[in-house]
Amino acid sequence: MSRFGTEITSDDIVDTLSFFDNWEDRYKYIIDLGKELPPLDEARRTEDNLVRGCQSQVWLVSDARDGKLFFEADSDAFIVKGLLAVVLAAYNAKTPQEVSDFDVEAYFAELNLLKHLSVTRGNGLRAMVTRIQGTAAAS
Amino acid sequence: MSEQINPVTFDAERVRADFPILNQEVNGHPLVYLDNAATTQKPRAVIQAIVDYYEHDNSNVHRGAHALADRATEKFEGARVKVANFINAPQARQVIWTRGTTEGINLVASSWGRSNLKAGDRILVSAMEHHSNIVPWQLIAEEKGASVEPVPVLEDGSIDLDAFAAMLDERVRLVACGHVSNALGTINPVQDVVRMAHAVGALALIDGAQAVGHWAVDVQALDCDFYVFSSHKLFGPTGLGVLYGKESLLDAMPPYQGGGEMIESVSFAGTTFNQLPYKFEAGTPDIAGVIGLGAAVDYLQSMDRAGAAVHEAALLSYAEERAKATPGIRIVGTAQQKTSVMSFLLEGAHPNDVGLLLDQQGVAVRTGNHCAQPIMEQFGISGTVRASFSFYNTRADVDRLFEALDKARQFLV
Repeated sequence: MSRFGTEITSDDIVDTLSFFDNWEDRYKYIIDLGKELPPLDEARRTEDNLVRGCQSQVWLVSDARDGKLFFEADSDAFIVKGLLAVVLAAYNAKTPQEVSDFDVEAYFAELNLLKHLSVTRGNGLRAMVTRIQGTAAAS
Repeated sequence: MSEQINPVTFDAERVRADFPILNQEVNGHPLVYLDNAATTQKPRAVIQAIVDYYEHDNSNVHRGAHALADRATEKFEGARVKVANFINAPQARQVIWTRGTTEGINLVASSWGRSNLKAGDRILVSAMEHHSNIVPWQLIAEEKGASVEPVPVLEDGSIDLDAFAAMLDERVRLVACGHVSNALGTINPVQDVVRMAHAVGALALIDGAQAVGHWAVDVQALDCDFYVFSSHKLFGPTGLGVLYGKESLLDAMPPYQGGGEMIESVSFAGTTFNQLPYKFEAGTPDIAGVIGLGAAVDYLQSMDRAGAAVHEAALLSYAEERAKATPGIRIVGTAQQKTSVMSFLLEGAHPNDVGLLLDQQGVAVRTGNHCAQPIMEQFGISGTVRASFSFYNTRADVDRLFEALDKARQFLV
């Protein structure tokens, strides 16, 4: 299981990113976060688990255990994978209520990251957030 | 033999100054715009023509009984004549305004297709077509029980003319082929394609979206039945395109959309339709856009286009030379005849990641499948990074691209 949402929280990511004053360091950090995200089994990279609306391929899998939601995500692009880690830091290993309550717009604004991503790529990330929120709402 | 063409008359730096948008910083770096196959930038003359129209002449065309309407109509129809001359169409009424290349193809597929296709008919499209030159044919083919079949593309990204010849028979009713591939830059031998289509009695539609911005197209020399392109890839405004067609074909085709302007008389007993080109131009057209395109054509006619083409070819060969000298770059699409498009992969890196990191360094490229999934699938890739050059790009832009790629590699590989 990934450390995102447990050992690495959304607050940690906001804090760390706020230290960097150039884009190189920010992107290196994002890519490094992606490398910490365990790869998804080939068998789970199915059409059903593919998130639409992303330029690159993004897979998202969810499980419910002990009243909490666990998400695994993967992408064939490094930066997108890093961004998935950023999202999972907010949502992984949380109760459906916590997922629903999380203010993702404020999080993204605080990260000051999405403005560096074009609308289409931003939308891909949003498609994933929408899917996570939908999973929580259905739980 | 000495060089016939003298590129000295073409000065990219001077031309560049005509394009105000290029003079800006992006993410703290001077903009390097290498996404010209997606859309070209607009010279000041085009922007000014649109401003002038709205400041002085704005009025509806063709029907007003006043001075503004007369001026607007004169400029609007004047632009049609300019575009007709630009592509060497025999008559201005063979130039039909559309919303873009996509609508032009849909117009032909819908109007010609609906009244001509029948079950068992075949439509051939090259396997490297943009989705907009595949899907409209699939829609009408499905409706009519016809088929849409891909003409194979060789490993270098050129069309397989032998395979094409073998596919042709009298059931082929239309061949739709891009003049230039948007994904690869391949210049297709469309004159041959048209001739071979005609030999079996088929029509030929040429998608010129990626060609018109690079050289002077002559629709009569091509002898194509339809030629479509977009204003915005010709340094003109977005939301406007041109459908050229042979007059006898256009005359025989039923209207595409109904509304004002396209009718001669309307009654509940029966409506008769206006003549060309108005039959296909229902509703108030994009008047400002048309006038802007007219200004773009004037601009191009005033420049040394042959010199511009030499300059673009030199940029491409410089970029390809640098790519070959850079480890880990694989160029996708290596046909002999290409426009100034370099589609490539940085081995070990996803094209989207490369695009993001180039953008951070002020270099604008396109990444992805370029709305041409079938050809990407044939090459076994999900997409590429595409740097596409126009005449206002310079060798310094190419250098910036490769500097930015070097940095991207440090992040990704």
